[in-house]
Amino acid sequence: MTGLAVSQPVLVVEGLRTEFATGEGHPMVAVDGLSLYVRRGETLCIVGESGCGKSLTALSILRLLPRPYGRIGAGRVLLDGQDLVQVTEAEMRAVRGRAISMIFQEPMSSLNPVITIGRQIAETVMVHEGLDWADCMDRALAMLRQVRIPEPERRLQEYPHQLSGGMRQRVTIAMALACRPRLLLADEPTTALDVTIQAQILDLIRDLQAKTGTAVVLITHDLGVVAEMAERVLVMYAGTKVEEAGVEELFDNPTHPYTRGLMAAMPHLGGAGGGRRRLHEIEGVVPSLMARPAGCAFAPRCELATERCRREAPPLVGIGGTHSVACWVTAGEGVLA
Amino acid sequence: MTPVLDVAGLVKHYPLSAAWFGRARGQVRAVDGVSFAIGEGETLGLVGESGCGKSTVGKAVLKLIEPSAGSIRLNGEDITALKPAAMVAHRRRMQVIFQDPYSSLNPRMTAGNIVAEPLINFGIGNRAEQQERVAALFGRVGLRPDQRDNYPHEFSGGQRQRLGIARALALGPSLIIGDEPVSALDVSVQAQVINLMMDLQEEYRLSYLFIAHDLGVVEHISHRVAVMYLGKIVEVAPRAALFEAPRHPYTEALLAAVPVSHPRQRRRRLVLKGDVPSPINPPSGCRFHTRCPIAVERCRSEEPLLVADTDGHAAACHLREPAR
Amino acid sequence: MATTAIAAADPAVDAVRRRPGLLRRFRRYPLPALGVLLLAALVTSAIGAPWFAGQDPFEMNVVDRLQPPSGDYWFGTDAYGRDIFSRTLHGGRVSLVIGVAVAAASTLIGLLIGVVAGYFRTADAVLMRIMDGLMAIPGILLAIALMSLTRASLWVVIVAITIPEVPRVVRLVRAVVLSVREQVYIQAATAIGTNFPRLMLKHILPNTLAPLIVQATYIAASAVLVESYLSFLGVGTPPEVPSWGNIIAEGRLYVQIAFWNILFPSVFLALMVLSINVLGDGLRDMLDPRLARRL
Repeated sequence: MTGLAVSQPVLVVEGLRTEFATGEGHPMVAVDGLSLYVRRGETLCIVGESGCGKSLTALSILRLLPRPYGRIGAGRVLLDGQDLVQVTEAEMRAVRGRAISMIFQEPMSSLNPVITIGRQIAETVMVHEGLDWADCMDRALAMLRQVRIPEPERRLQEYPHQLSGGMRQRVTIAMALACRPRLLLADEPTTALDVTIQAQILDLIRDLQAKTGTAVVLITHDLGVVAEMAERVLVMYAGTKVEEAGVEELFDNPTHPYTRGLMAAMPHLGGAGGGRRRLHEIEGVVPSLMARPAGCAFAPRCELATERCRREAPPLVGIGGTHSVACWVTAGEGVLA
Repeated sequence: MTPVLDVAGLVKHYPLSAAWFGRARGQVRAVDGVSFAIGEGETLGLVGESGCGKSTVGKAVLKLIEPSAGSIRLNGEDITALKPAAMVAHRRRMQVIFQDPYSSLNPRMTAGNIVAEPLINFGIGNRAEQQERVAALFGRVGLRPDQRDNYPHEFSGGQRQRLGIARALALGPSLIIGDEPVSALDVSVQAQVINLMMDLQEEYRLSYLFIAHDLGVVEHISHRVAVMYLGKIVEVAPRAALFEAPRHPYTEALLAAVPVSHPRQRRRRLVLKGDVPSPINPPSGCRFHTRCPIAVERCRSEEPLLVADTDGHAAACHLREPAR
Repeated sequence: MATTAIAAADPAVDAVRRRPGLLRRFRRYPLPALGVLLLAALVTSAIGAPWFAGQDPFEMNVVDRLQPPSGDYWFGTDAYGRDIFSRTLHGGRVSLVIGVAVAAASTLIGLLIGVVAGYFRTADAVLMRIMDGLMAIPGILLAIALMSLTRASLWVVIVAITIPEVPRVVRLVRAVVLSVREQVYIQAATAIGTNFPRLMLKHILPNTLAPLIVQATYIAASAVLVESYLSFLGVGTPPEVPSWGNIIAEGRLYVQIAFWNILFPSVFLALMVLSINVLGDGLRDMLDPRLARRL
């Protein structure tokens, strides 16, 4: 949709394994063997419920895991071929905010409450590009214009608490994009916002992406946001990738039982049809990372689970095109459907 | 037939903190004249964006905060002016489920005691009978009775919300007010709780005031839906009419802003400009006119009334009045 | 479906439930454990003073004046030939009584006033201004004033130390009540028809318990200290009672020729205050749910 030719991926993650020390011997594995890639100008959505490891994936890419418990146990994170797992902390600081930026669910947490908006954006530019202060402030003003904040000159002088939630998220986007990053990681950027504001922010991200060609990894629990934004989708459950496909393919032909369940459980407009009807349920609860079941992690909640599912974790297999799924039962039928 | 809940002209203003010995400098007009009724076995969905006053309506109806004006009738009885002690007797008929299942349960009480507390408060049954009732309630909401001795932090979010539902059911109320009861839950668990609430409604002829911001959820559970904007109801209608033929431009914008359910439905949307104005000095005339795509001069000066047509579909808009 | 969906017990949750044993707690909090042991020893020696001390703390042996520590007099003797060991152990009784009495009185009174101030907005303004006023009175001044009004006695000392401590407890309790009353579960309790006494007892007061216990230990430590310096200044415990402050005050005159007169009571005083404070810190760490939740 961006009209850019298929190009080399900006980011490639291979076999990422994120662990947390628990003090009880075995580390807790929060992300297990995750691989993904995203190209220039492309939006990859990572979708899943709380605790599935989607946010930790983003934090692992930026090496911002909570210390001293979290660490990357295995895998590579290649940004234009450079493995970020191996670089020094100083090199990593130069990557964060410049090559890769991140925006979070709660904009207030990533803004300093006692520094004006203008200074916060200008300082990001100053640190990474070493321009003089006047140029940095000019860039800040230009960024506020670009994220369509009304009266940008006045806003430069204001503090975060003087802005509404939607405006704050615009400011964090302005900050994130100020150094023209190659990759933007957006972790539930609209979850804390009202629907009308969410629509504004999603439109904004899409427009800016079309203009700058930034690759976007959008992390969300909301399949509606996925349908709006994604080109490709990665579905996560209990720390592993269970399905990956182009967005239309995924919505037309969801194959993993978890993906199907999620789609059926999601109340959506017009979904009620004529009368009130029950929603599809996925029984049980998301497993604790401390007690991951053997075999397929979804098996205890899966209606189709067989003996094999409970014993042996299914590998991710291609089922045509870029569609792949990790399921013993439905992977075969997916090709037929 | 008397409605289970009848709210008329409900107002809640919060005075802004006054200077020493000075007069208050103004008021936050959180709820500014709201009227609605809920019949037996009916669900009224109350939707709106944050700060529109929908939760304040719920708390005022529950008398957890004192309304500034208006009247609240529960099964025909006026409870508006009742003092807290006098209110206790009426609480048997009206219960609440809160949004955050983490903070709405006392972390120092066991699950069994949390559900038994309403029974103890009203002296219903002896100790053994109370235990029996608690076990039955646990079973009804899908919790194992042997989980009674666990503390809230040992439950998942969805299970905690089931506990909250069991506590609300304990007294056999006729009305339950759900203040965003599923918005803190994961999608798969949210579906479980919505289904449970719908099953219970059928079983006990419950009436719900279902306060939410998620239009998809509201469409699923409601019989009628009221849309709030800046302290006022701007549109109220039977579910199908509201979602298929909305009249108020704000309702239209709200519906248009909901993300699509399939990527092929992506479209240029009607995106509302700007933010919700402050409820301290709400705009004159129609409160939505500052963001309304179709506003005319009249909207700035004259406040539109909520006019209902014969089907019970009402919208407060000068330009979208029903044909008479 | 929803009604039958019973979630399996989570083993991770079960692990959290297990209460750590006494030994494990000791290993995890070694310093507070030492504090407890030290305090236990001091308390035992004070309570058991009549039996352990061997000698009568009041018996004067003019022949043995200002004797250095020896096999007969472990801590030496004072200017009247009284046994310092016996007097120091007996002095611990005074400190113990004052520490416990002041801590109990100030937490009880403070709890009552704090709950009222925290829950009733109208009472709050008046009560807190009175508390501010009380906080402005220095303990020594109050003790001197009370002493000049009545005869010196243990009770006067307790009252004089308690009064300035009460506002601190009130502030603490009020802050807890103010934050807890805004919790959703308090609204939930109101909505299920919980009456005021039960609301207080079951839902609000339990939250004040942990900070109060910690505060009580600090108050006890500070009361022990304040008693000593009041006695040292001659406005505290009556001079005929052997309290640590009195022993030090009397020994002060002979410090150059008989330092043991003030050394031993001072060491006991320091150990007592230290052990109570260490215990308080340990309790704070153990009872603070934010720290406990760290797994």
